[in-house]
Amino acid sequence: MKRVRWGWVAVAAPPVIFIGYFFVYPLARILVLGLSELSIGASGVEARLIRVGWFTLWQAAVSTVLTFIAAAPLTWAVSSYDFKGRRLAMALATVPFVLPTVVVGTAFVALGWQESIGAILAAHVFFNVAVVVRTVSTLWSRIDPRIQEAARVLGASEWDVFRRITLRLLRPAIAAAASIVFLFTFTSFGVILILGGFRFATLEVEIYRQAVTLFDLPLAAALAIVQLVGVSGALYWYSRYQERTAVSWTLERGANLRRPKGRARTGVLFATLGTLIALAIPLSMLVSRSFTGTYYQALFRDDPVVGVPAQAALNSLVFAVAATLLATIIGILAATVITGHRGELSRWFDLTLMLPLGTSAVTIGFGFIVALDWPIDLRATRWLVPAAHALVAIPFVVRSTVPTLRSVPAETREAARVLGASPFRVWREIDLPIVSRAGMVGAAFAFVISLGEFGATSFVARPASATIPTMIFRLLSRPGQTSFGMAMALSVVLAGLTAAVVMAIDRARFGELGSF
Amino acid sequence: MLQVEDLDVVIDSKPILENVSLTVADGEIVAVLGPSGSGKSTLLRAIAGLVEAATGDIRWDGRSIANVPTHRRGFGLMFQGYALFPHMTVGENVGFGLKMAGRDGIADQVEEALSWVGLEGFGSRQVESLSGGEQQRVALARTLAPRPDLVMLDEPLGALDRNLRQKLVTETREVLEEREVTAIVVTHDREEAVAMSNRLALMRAGTIVQTGLLDELLADPADEWVAEFIA
Repeated sequence: MKRVRWGWVAVAAPPVIFIGYFFVYPLARILVLGLSELSIGASGVEARLIRVGWFTLWQAAVSTVLTFIAAAPLTWAVSSYDFKGRRLAMALATVPFVLPTVVVGTAFVALGWQESIGAILAAHVFFNVAVVVRTVSTLWSRIDPRIQEAARVLGASEWDVFRRITLRLLRPAIAAAASIVFLFTFTSFGVILILGGFRFATLEVEIYRQAVTLFDLPLAAALAIVQLVGVSGALYWYSRYQERTAVSWTLERGANLRRPKGRARTGVLFATLGTLIALAIPLSMLVSRSFTGTYYQALFRDDPVVGVPAQAALNSLVFAVAATLLATIIGILAATVITGHRGELSRWFDLTLMLPLGTSAVTIGFGFIVALDWPIDLRATRWLVPAAHALVAIPFVVRSTVPTLRSVPAETREAARVLGASPFRVWREIDLPIVSRAGMVGAAFAFVISLGEFGATSFVARPASATIPTMIFRLLSRPGQTSFGMAMALSVVLAGLTAAVVMAIDRARFGELGSF
Repeated sequence: MLQVEDLDVVIDSKPILENVSLTVADGEIVAVLGPSGSGKSTLLRAIAGLVEAATGDIRWDGRSIANVPTHRRGFGLMFQGYALFPHMTVGENVGFGLKMAGRDGIADQVEEALSWVGLEGFGSRQVESLSGGEQQRVALARTLAPRPDLVMLDEPLGALDRNLRQKLVTETREVLEEREVTAIVVTHDREEAVAMSNRLALMRAGTIVQTGLLDELLADPADEWVAEFIA
């Protein structure tokens, strides 16, 4: 007879309940609604699904490939060499990634690039370069140089070493980065809503339009199902891949970096400056244009339609604190469950928790308005906003803590048990201290995510509980130069807030630990 | 006194230990000697409760401990590769078992345990800053500090270079004998086994083939393999 392990039940219960009520149950309601729509076979539904689905897929694939190409030079430079400003370059390259999609969209509008596929792809690359640079370089810079030296001694040329050794060892990081970029662009919403106009719609944008603008909830649900199938497939593949390649090794504490000399120095200089300048263009345009009028002062004026725009900043901060607490606690508990058991069960748990990341914020928000009228109607409360944000952020907390927990050798925990630690104390004395540093990274990401979250918020935030991003979108949707100017000004405020938090993370030397 | 009786351990449906019996008297140091993969480490893990026995029994002072969870067995196990806690100082590592037992005066006991292994004043050092030999001694001090009823050492010197090993073999034995502990030392090295123990238990393919003093084994080996392995 198997003993019930109550400790595990207590650890697993909060994530299971939270994810169950705020995610799995709404998803089930969407499925029921969408499947009945699909089975009716309303005219034109299929053609529309195929058209929107195909556009979503190919733009995500092209965006991913372009992102890798754009990120390659800087990734190489920061992984191989130690140079002045290396940390700063990494921090600066990360700024676009942490920028809310609404800000990115507004910045490209400020550039004058609207309603074109080029603008969408460029914005996706701009946004995701940091994912590739950071995820790949974390591993690349820590590859034991003796492995490469051994290959050189055995007669491999520098190119051979790169292709047969370095690239092979980097495969887990490349797969991780590719799947993250693909998922982000596959579920891209804010950028496409703002830059695609009516001509380009991904599944996300189409779900939003059908549900919010046209009130066709069944069709929106059908679209959400298509979205879910694609994302689950990608995630399942990634999860399997990761489990296969999981290696428990002690990462070298410091990175193995050389000083660049000769041609390498020129290469590093060009790679770094070139990337940073390209990334700086949209942002500098946004900032400079936001100062061409009295837009900042206007943020404090009471507007008859949108209210005082600055109030949204206060709302955003309160929601961000609440969402961060929720996401960090639940994420760390979930990571503990995932790493505590090997095999099928842990993989399914992992997959379920990763789903909110892929499901797209829009589906999460849509699910809230479809389902959360039971057992009591929660749809009018403002606290749905942090709940939605936490749901979006949990996968990030899980992802930033699971690798750290997996890197703790089983023997470390066994040693603690032999020395008299009960299962709970093993968790408190060994897992928790080790995971808390990575957990800090996750918490900071949760905060930043909450500040910039737009997809889910656009469904659940009421006018009185508008956040900065939903306020920006409302301002962008109104005609007139002043509204656009205020949207730019508010975008700059939001960008400044998020950049400040991220710089603080990097300063605290957490940056190198995070692996998205 | 430790009694292992007809122990079978199966991991992933592969039999790792078959019908293992072993007795260790109080104050005795037994070396389990055998080639790698013969199940030596698994035997220690079974005694520590880290793996479950399929059949058979493990008794301490006559009472079965099969249902006692690892953390309540009060045994010490020094892991191959040491398994020091990377996020704790030397002192916190050594004091961990004392803290779990809720003992008083941990700081003094830690300092005392460190003095047994010649590492006085190392308490505040980070474990990563230690050499291999120092890590070995910290692991030994951590194992001995709570004064466990039974000490198990899994390839205690396996990761060290030859010169250091010769020095530490004697040192480790002295530390064990001064504390009058009951101990099992697992090793694949004949010299080490002989130098560290009172009695040998030869292990091959998951079973204990023969036990006895070195002279007894040399004089009357159970089979050709034993004769060759200890020659």
